[in-house]
Amino acid sequence: MALFKLLVNGRNYEADVDPETPLLWVLRDHLGLVGTKYGCGIAQCGACTIHLDGEATRSCVLPVSAIGTAKVTTIEGLSSTGDHPVQLAWDEVDVPQCGYCQAGQIMTAASFLKHNTKPTEEEIEVAMSGNLCRCGTYHRIREAVKLASTKLK
Amino acid sequence: MSTLPNPSRRNFLKLAIATSGGLFLGFNWNTASADTQAILTEGTLAGAIDFNSYLSIAPNGIVTIFSPNPEVGQGIKTAFPMIVAEELDVDWKNVNVMQAPLDTQKFERQVAGGSGSIRHSWQRLRKAGATARQMLLEAGAKQWKVPVAECKTEKGMVIHTTSGRKLSYGELASEAAKLSVPSDVKLKEVKDFQLIGQVAKNVDNPKILTGQPLYGIDFYREGMLFAMIKRPSAFGLKLKSVDSTAAKSMSGITDVITFKNNVAVVGKSTWQVKKAIDLLKIEYEKESDLESTTDHNRIFEELLNSTNTTVRRKDGDVEMAFKNAAKVIKSEYQCPFISHSPLEPMNFFAHVKPDSVELIGSTQTPEAARNETAKLLNIAPEKVSVEMTRMGGGFGRRLKTDYVLEAVEVSNLVKAPVKVIWTREDDMTGGSYRPAVRYRFEAALDKQGNLVGYKLRGVGMNSGNCTREDNFPSGAVENLLIDTVEHKSPITTGPWRAPITNFLAFAEQAFMDEVASAAKKDPVQFRLELLDKAKKSPTGAIKYDIDRMKSVIQLAVDKSGWGKKKGVSQGFSVYFSHFSYVAQVGEVVMQKGKPVLTKIYAAADCGVVINKSGARQQIMGGIVDGLGHAMYANLTFKDGAPQQSNFNTYRLIRMNEIPEVEVHFVENTIDPTGLGEPALPPTGAAVANALFKATGKRLRNQPFAEQEGMKGIS
Ligand code: FES
Ligand code: FES
Repeated sequence: MALFKLLVNGRNYEADVDPETPLLWVLRDHLGLVGTKYGCGIAQCGACTIHLDGEATRSCVLPVSAIGTAKVTTIEGLSSTGDHPVQLAWDEVDVPQCGYCQAGQIMTAASFLKHNTKPTEEEIEVAMSGNLCRCGTYHRIREAVKLASTKLK
Repeated sequence: MSTLPNPSRRNFLKLAIATSGGLFLGFNWNTASADTQAILTEGTLAGAIDFNSYLSIAPNGIVTIFSPNPEVGQGIKTAFPMIVAEELDVDWKNVNVMQAPLDTQKFERQVAGGSGSIRHSWQRLRKAGATARQMLLEAGAKQWKVPVAECKTEKGMVIHTTSGRKLSYGELASEAAKLSVPSDVKLKEVKDFQLIGQVAKNVDNPKILTGQPLYGIDFYREGMLFAMIKRPSAFGLKLKSVDSTAAKSMSGITDVITFKNNVAVVGKSTWQVKKAIDLLKIEYEKESDLESTTDHNRIFEELLNSTNTTVRRKDGDVEMAFKNAAKVIKSEYQCPFISHSPLEPMNFFAHVKPDSVELIGSTQTPEAARNETAKLLNIAPEKVSVEMTRMGGGFGRRLKTDYVLEAVEVSNLVKAPVKVIWTREDDMTGGSYRPAVRYRFEAALDKQGNLVGYKLRGVGMNSGNCTREDNFPSGAVENLLIDTVEHKSPITTGPWRAPITNFLAFAEQAFMDEVASAAKKDPVQFRLELLDKAKKSPTGAIKYDIDRMKSVIQLAVDKSGWGKKKGVSQGFSVYFSHFSYVAQVGEVVMQKGKPVLTKIYAAADCGVVINKSGARQQIMGGIVDGLGHAMYANLTFKDGAPQQSNFNTYRLIRMNEIPEVEVHFVENTIDPTGLGEPALPPTGAAVANALFKATGKRLRNQPFAEQEGMKGIS
């Protein structure tokens, strides 16, 4: 066990955990931030996607000891009032079916759109194909990413 | 969590006298007449919960509607309240939705399965809303001392039409509650619906999109322990010995316990438990056969030739029909075991206390969870409370209660509140799969290419009931025999979204294509001729509506431009399941010598569409699901052990693999039927039949992507 200082969603946290503990479980079990989801644990589904210094990262394979001073952003901190352009677009298109994958989808999309503000359909597919949606909401996800790109400020 | 507190701990008032609060109506959905009772409380929701179902109206006009059925992504938590709100005549913006806990005395059917919720509750929900509306209307009339006939309702207001005076539902609620409950209320005409048939967004969107706790796996309570379970590594093994010394010595581990063939590691956090469980040293021994996929293939051969069959349907004289046939077509279709793999792995919270049990989590069958818990602990079911969370998918997996009972066993043994969590590997290897099935079809054609004889034998792993013998083309063929043979396998199986029909529909509709092509007829025309025949001179019982089936076929033909497109290969499929009808046309285009699935058209008849957004997504998602599993899913076994354990080896469909999907609904005023499943069954055949047109290759086995010549299709 070791004490880790983490900056998550602009707040300072401390967690006394095994250094190997993936960030996913630190967030969920120790910090009470359960918006980041567990789907596979091996970087295959994207449900656990968070931002590490703004970049989409799979938290299920990221040991807490590897974070250092990097800033962590989770779905809870993507925007303070749930009005990030991607969240607004997701609601407008009514994307979620069961909803379980959507935090990961949103985090992936938000980071992608930072780099590519006017993506083509193919670019969206490439960017989003690492995130599984077992319910098959892919058509709406694609549409929502497109819509979100028009809402970027 | 967004669910309500435990009903047994709640005190309630069922008094019709109020001091300050709004109107609470409890509706008994057990009876078709929606036996209603009005109650008033001092304004606390908890005060009124102990009723069958209800809506409440607060003085500020906010209406709370309780949704009794588990939400698994089928959209029931949005659709149910829409129905109540429609008849109540309130602004959807002012409606609050809450998940009700398990209470089958009051809610009766609280199941997410069989695409049956809307069909079951349609009338009850409408009556619930309409009754409250009627009482508010009467309260308004009374206040103004005018005849009720001069009043109307509109978006949460009662209006006196002649004078234009208005009172809000919030203002009238307490007065309305003092009135006697009308026994016979008038429901709206379908044409007057304002909310039903519109787009309503998922009521949980605000929480889902901001990552609020919603799902079973998100549930946490101070002092709760986490548990993971090591189950036998293969089906057919049982526990022999456990050495848990190393696991027990790990930090954060509180208990290692054994029950049935399972070893549970209990501790303070998920990761600590996960690390410790890998240190268990367990020996297993053989309990029954350890089956491999190669064994299954051999067993299927044997079963197909078995004489010990169960006859499911027999019309006319099949042997004679085949003897006299001008042409006989014979084909076999096979599917593998597949995993449900909802994205939220199995997990459940249980707290077994001296005098009661608390269950919280994701379940499609809360009632079974309660009853089986009661049986396991030998206590009365009333001692068990179940709180339903939103589910991260189910697809039938959460109809089983194995994972709930595990949590109960562990909590009971360690005497603490426990959440059991399955890893993805546990989820994929821990059983309850869509069974592997093989079908043999035989068709007899006369000289004119008419289908005069039809035989179907279904052989399945733990699925004796693997045919739907009264489905099309039954009724349209004079001589028909459908029978089944079952193999009892130690590999556990269970219903998987659109049980049986998820593959049977593919096999039947692909074989129908083969027969049409042998008869040298257009596949759509061939089906229509059979349906006409079934209408004119039916053979035996027909349990599908021929006209409705024809109407979805026609809609799909019109929308897809069936047979009129150049450079596009189209495949057709139509299926009736869960009382709904869906026809699909798949389109394949050859690109650089490879077949590419470009589009799927769907035409659905599910009666009145409640929520256009939810309904469209059920169809799109059902198609993506049907396509993905037909294309890629394959769970194989070696000596009883599943060979795939996570998404790196078990392939699920991804965004870059989906075709365009276009959805159309038949517009009618028929009472709504299921939509959570019916779009899935027809997809496999629409795709396979289009691929045949494009490549000349028949696909008879799933997954398609692993069949010869199909590598690289997308
Ligand atoms: S849980 Fe991290 S990618 Fe699946
Ligand atoms: S919405 Fe259910 S997994 Fe994506």
